[in-house]
This record gives sequence, C-alpha cells and structure tokens, in this order.
Amino acid sequence: MSFFRKPLNRRSILRAGALGGAALATPTIFTSRAWSAGYLNEPTGAEVVLGFNVPQTGAYADEGADELRAYQLAVKHLNGEGDGGLLNTFSSKELQGNGVNGKKVAFVTGDTQTKSDAARASAKRMIEKDGAVMITGGSSSGVAIAVQSLCQEAGVIFMAGLTHSNDTTGKDKRKNGFRHFFNTEMSGAALAPVLKNAYGTDRKAYHLTADYTWGWSQEESIKKYTEGMGWETAAAVRTPLGAGDFSQYITPVLNSGADVLVLNHYGKDMVNSLTQAVQFGLRDKQVNGKEFVIVVPLYSRLMAQGAGDNVKGIFGSTNWHWSLQDEGSKAFVKSFGQEYGFPPSQAAHTCYVQTLLYADAAQRAGTFDPCAIAAALEGFEFDGMGNGPTLYRAADHQCFKDVLVVKGKENPTSQFDLLEVVEITPRSQVEYPAEMLGGELGACNNGA
Amino acid sequence: MDVIILQLLNGLDKGGAYALIALGLTLIFGTLGVVNFAHGALFMLGAFCAVTFNKLLSLEIVTTDPTKTTAWGTPLEIRTPYIEAYLGDFGHWVLNYSVPFSILLAIPVMLLFGFIMERGLIKHFYNRAHADQILVTFGLAIVLQEIIKSIFGANPIPQAAPDAVRGAADIGAALGMDPGVIVYPYWRMVYLAFAGAVVAAVFAFLQFTTFGMVVRAGMADRHTVGLLGINIERRFTIVFAIAAVVAGLAGVMYTPILPPDYHMGMDFLVLSFVVVVVGGMGSLPGAVAAGFLLGILQSFASMNEIKAILPGIDQIIIYLVAVVILLVRPRGLMGRKGVMEN
Repeated sequence: MSFFRKPLNRRSILRAGALGGAALATPTIFTSRAWSAGYLNEPTGAEVVLGFNVPQTGAYADEGADELRAYQLAVKHLNGEGDGGLLNTFSSKELQGNGVNGKKVAFVTGDTQTKSDAARASAKRMIEKDGAVMITGGSSSGVAIAVQSLCQEAGVIFMAGLTHSNDTTGKDKRKNGFRHFFNTEMSGAALAPVLKNAYGTDRKAYHLTADYTWGWSQEESIKKYTEGMGWETAAAVRTPLGAGDFSQYITPVLNSGADVLVLNHYGKDMVNSLTQAVQFGLRDKQVNGKEFVIVVPLYSRLMAQGAGDNVKGIFGSTNWHWSLQDEGSKAFVKSFGQEYGFPPSQAAHTCYVQTLLYADAAQRAGTFDPCAIAAALEGFEFDGMGNGPTLYRAADHQCFKDVLVVKGKENPTSQFDLLEVVEITPRSQVEYPAEMLGGELGACNNGA
Repeated sequence: MDVIILQLLNGLDKGGAYALIALGLTLIFGTLGVVNFAHGALFMLGAFCAVTFNKLLSLEIVTTDPTKTTAWGTPLEIRTPYIEAYLGDFGHWVLNYSVPFSILLAIPVMLLFGFIMERGLIKHFYNRAHADQILVTFGLAIVLQEIIKSIFGANPIPQAAPDAVRGAADIGAALGMDPGVIVYPYWRMVYLAFAGAVVAAVFAFLQFTTFGMVVRAGMADRHTVGLLGINIERRFTIVFAIAAVVAGLAGVMYTPILPPDYHMGMDFLVLSFVVVVVGGMGSLPGAVAAGFLLGILQSFASMNEIKAILPGIDQIIIYLVAVVILLVRPRGLMGRKGVMEN
C-alpha cells in the first residue's frame, strides 16, 4: 500500500514546490491571526498587546529609555499595579485598573534607532509577529511620520511620542495617527509674546536650522511669529544633522548685525551648537546697543543636562515640565519618581499620557477596532493629565492644550532642576485652523 | 577681512583635531601596515578618560535633609564632592582643572590600551588583507562604542574648560580693529597650541631619538632592520601605543569644545581617513599638512557668501578636494612610492 494516491513525478514536485514557495513568500500580515477576525490583530485571548517603538540605541537612546520607563509604568497602572498614577486624576473614569476591555495589557518593544527604515521594520515586526493592536513612540519627526504611514497602511492605531514637526498632524497626517505632543506652530505662538516682553520688537534674528523636516518646520514657525511682532530675520542658515563642530556656522553670526541667535536644533546638535555659541562669547556680546540673546525654541530637560550651565537664562518652549503643580503633574511625578528615583522628562510624560488615552478610548469604544478607537479619540475633551483642559481635535488628530514657555534656571538646586516655567500660554492662544497646515486625514483603516 | 580671519582660526582648530587623529592613523599604517578603523574610537576613549577623571573627582558625600522632600516624596539629598569637603579651595581648584589634569590618567590608560590592542588583536592581522583589518578594527570600534554607551549613556556629557580660559578673546581689538569683530574662545587657542606641541613632540621623538631612528628605518625597510638583529616588532608595538596616546590626548583636550558622547570617534574617523589619503598614506608631515588644509577649507566652504553661490558645498568640499588632489597627485600630497600600490 502506498501513502501517495499518485506516484511522485517531476511535475508534481514542481507544482508542490511552486505552491509551497508562494505560501512562504506571502507576507505574514496576510496569514496572521489578523485575518481571522473583523480587524487586524483582534485580541482573542486574555491579553491585548501594545507595541512600544522607541530609540533604544543611537543618539536618542537616553530619551528612548525614559519613554520606555513611562510606557512600563502606564501598563502597570492600567493593570492595577502601583499607585494608579494619572488614572486617579484623569477626568475620564472609564479605566478601573483592571486592564482594558477585560483584557490584561501586555507589551512588546522595538528599537527605532532614530532611523525611519529601522523604525518601520520594528513596527512591522510588532504588528505582524507580536500581534500589536497599537504602535506608539518615537523621538524624531522623521521617524514618527514614517511609522504613522506604516500603521495607516497596516490598519492599527499610531499614538505618536515625541514629534514636534507641524507635518505629523499637518501635511502628513493620517486617520490612524494621533499626537498629544505640541508642534512648532504652537511653540512659535507661545514663545513670541514672551520674547517680545523680554527683548522688545526691534531685533534682528539669525537662525541656525537642522536640515530636515523638523528643523524647517520650526524655522518657518518661529520666523512667522517673530517677524509678525516686528523682528527682522538677518539670515537662516541650514546646518547638517550631527555636524558636531558648529564653529564655522556660529562665527558668521558675530558680524551679521544680528542680536538674536535662534537655534533650531534638537538633541546632540542643540547641546553642541549652544555650548559653542556660548564659548564664542555670544551671550556676553552687545550688538546695536542691545544685549545679544540666544533662543532655543524646543527644550527638553535631558538636553539641558547635556548643555550644562550654558542654558542659564535662555528661553524656549516645552510640552510639559515636572515642576508643574497641578494635581495631574504631581501625581505623575510622584509615581515616576518613586519607581525610578528621578523625575520624568517631557518625552516620558507624553508617552505615558498617550498610552492612557488609547486605553481609555478603547474602553469607551468597548473594542480594540482601530476605527472605533479613532472615533472615540476624535473630539475627545479631557483634563487631569498635567496640561490643563485638552482637546483631541477631530480635524487633524492634534491635541490642543496649554503650552509652557521655560527659561534655563540661573540657580539650579539639583541636576534635574534646570528649567523654570516662566509662562503657561493658554490653549486659546496656540490654536489655529486645521486646514492651515494642509494634508488630508483620509479614511480609517482597520486592517480588515 | 574679519570673516576670513575668523574662518581661518576655525579651520586651524578643527584641522588640529584632524591632524592629531590622522597622525596616529598614518603612524600605525606606516609602521605596521594596518588600516586601523578603531582609531576614532581611541579618540573617543581619550575623551571619556576626561569624563571618568571628572566623575572620580566629583564623587559625592550624599546626606539627606529630613526637613525637605523631593517632588516624589523622598527626603532631599544634599551632595558635596569629597574633594571639596576634604580639601576645600584646593579641591575646588583641582576640580576646575579636571580636563587638563585628566591627561595624567589618559596617558597610562591609552598606552596600556594601545599595547593590549596591538598584542591581543592587531598582530594577528598583520599578514591578512586590508579588508580583514578594516573589518576587525571597525568591529572593535563598535564594541568600544557600545561599552561606553552602556556605562555613560547616549547623551553628550559636558566638560567645562578651567575658569581661567573660559570665555573668548577679543582678537580684533588686539589687532586694532573694532571691538567684538574677531572674537575667539580661549580654549580653542589652547587646543591649537596643544595640537602643535603634540605634533612637534612626535616629530622630535621620531627624528632625534635612537628609538625614533630605528622606527623610521623600520618604516623604510622592515626586513633589513630585522636582519640587523633589532626587534622591530617590539618597537612597532610601542609606536602603536604612542599613536593611541596621541589620539586619546586629542580627545581629552577636545571635550570642552565638543561635549563627548559615545559616537564622537566615528564622526571624526571618516574625515581623518580622507586626511591620511590626501596627505599620502604613511606620510607623517602629509597627514599634518592635509589635516590643517582640509580643516581650513571646510571652514571657508561654510561661509554664507560661498554657500549662496554653491549650496551644500560645505558638505562635500573635503571629498571634492580629495578627488582633485588624488587626480593630480595619485599618492597624495606627500605620499611615497610603493605604499599600498602592490
């Protein structure tokens, strides 16, 4: 007796090989459990998996590490461990610390390396192999835009981490993508009145700008608002990302007639350009009978630590700061500080809040279907998360909330006490029409 | 005129760093025939010797103030460096000069590291293809980077210049020009002088000592020197360690200019290789001349007036000049016949 109905021959082997090859070549996204249900990666067991995609290596690894700490803390709080953190102050009371929609929250992590291709690859892996229903994270606008686009194509929600370019919720916005962090338009709107009060309206600004999407976006926004209040732009010079030594870009500032240097740099570039600008005596210089000043429109505490004493007295904006005294901020600083021994960064705050907002939307929608969650997030008004009353605007998926203007502290009391909040700019002052930044949300994709 | 003087000064200090790294690179290539892609990592290790020294000096006595609490509810910690607590003003002075003092740590550390690296790894690749040497040294550079990152994190760590040389000198006023027109940081001038002194010391060592004479003879004809009964291998090991020290010292003194991070060596490595190639493989004076030349050209190419005519020229000038020089002088500015030509 034979196990084969027909004897094996060359043709049947070739046919079987071709079929097997085709099966193996099929992307796993089409063969995963995604396709067994009404939407991609519908959780069928006792757990729901979230994907935390942060830079674990590369230049933003420290920021990524802080984001990951915040995500882990959020998962703890969602599952009822720890002191509950912001669940205690969040205006929505849907989440009870017993998971989301009756399922325990689990997570997987990916390393973006702050590179778009690596970030897309790790997000793809978490969606296809690990069954993540939501991807969140990132410390760069280029990466955020790339991953947001991937999530849209795949059919999962993307909750952006630290991304400040207007484009994320402007020309590159997507129906499946949401951003809690502020943008360069808001930084400009918040910073300009403070700069006007501090330095007057008769100023000449010289911009040094990181030559990529976020740098261009910030330069444009800051120019728009400073020129609007009477400042002149002496020059706007693009600098290569990761230039290291900025001296050849700083020395032309000395004799340009400018009396303000705007550093549209972030991370290591900001640390290096600010340090070198101070070394060249720009902060002690007098031009046109006025004191020369430096402005860093986007600040982070981790960057301020890198720049050391050089940040003293320098204005900038930030999404959130641990010294805020509202109940939400105090609760988050307490939870994070007790867990890790130091205060959270703004990157940690936005990532923690995004996780809770996603979980709350899923709980309110009663499902993990991305389109139902998107609908629950659109137009959602909330409070108690550390930024005052906040709106997730439906038209562009951008959060609108108060923006902080900060200044490098003259007499820090600890290694974390580097920035002081000089103004909380109300939400109404940083709002703008949704169509202003262009782009189309398009249709929601649930992967089905 | 003032802009030209400023960019010339910028180019000189940048060129100083390129020259110091390239000097070590070409020294290793000229003696051992090894293409060392870990040389940038040695520059980075030197910088982290300064960070380590500063951290050691800054070790703190931690006490708590029970009357005050942090924002997260734990007692407030009060930190005082041991050195200041026990040595008072003298301790503060030592801490203030931690960058130049860290040379005392960097010299033995880099000597030892260079010795171990050559004996433990590089010597096994003397007779292998250059591609193998590049792969193994590049791999070593990545390993060193990741070790440093795991210990010190990925963010830059600022290192302050001593108070006495912080700030900038008004060179314009000294030259009779308007005040504030040509301003240059004191520490960059210190760095330039330091680079000049190290280059001079290396040349003097090779030119005026018996050891240097043997090394130069070995570079010219290793086989014959060996036949004379001289252990040239041992001397070359010492040369490798000296090259590591030169790169390390360049890194130590560069820390107040560029806050060190784990990746800083890679940022300099590629440019330093271009410097070596432009200067001529194995040529010490060529490496120094090309270092300063390319540093100055890079600074001038960044001027707004030049970028207005040729956008993006600052990004490619070094490679453009390298192409032109190699077309006109295929062995580089001062390259010798027969090096890397077989």
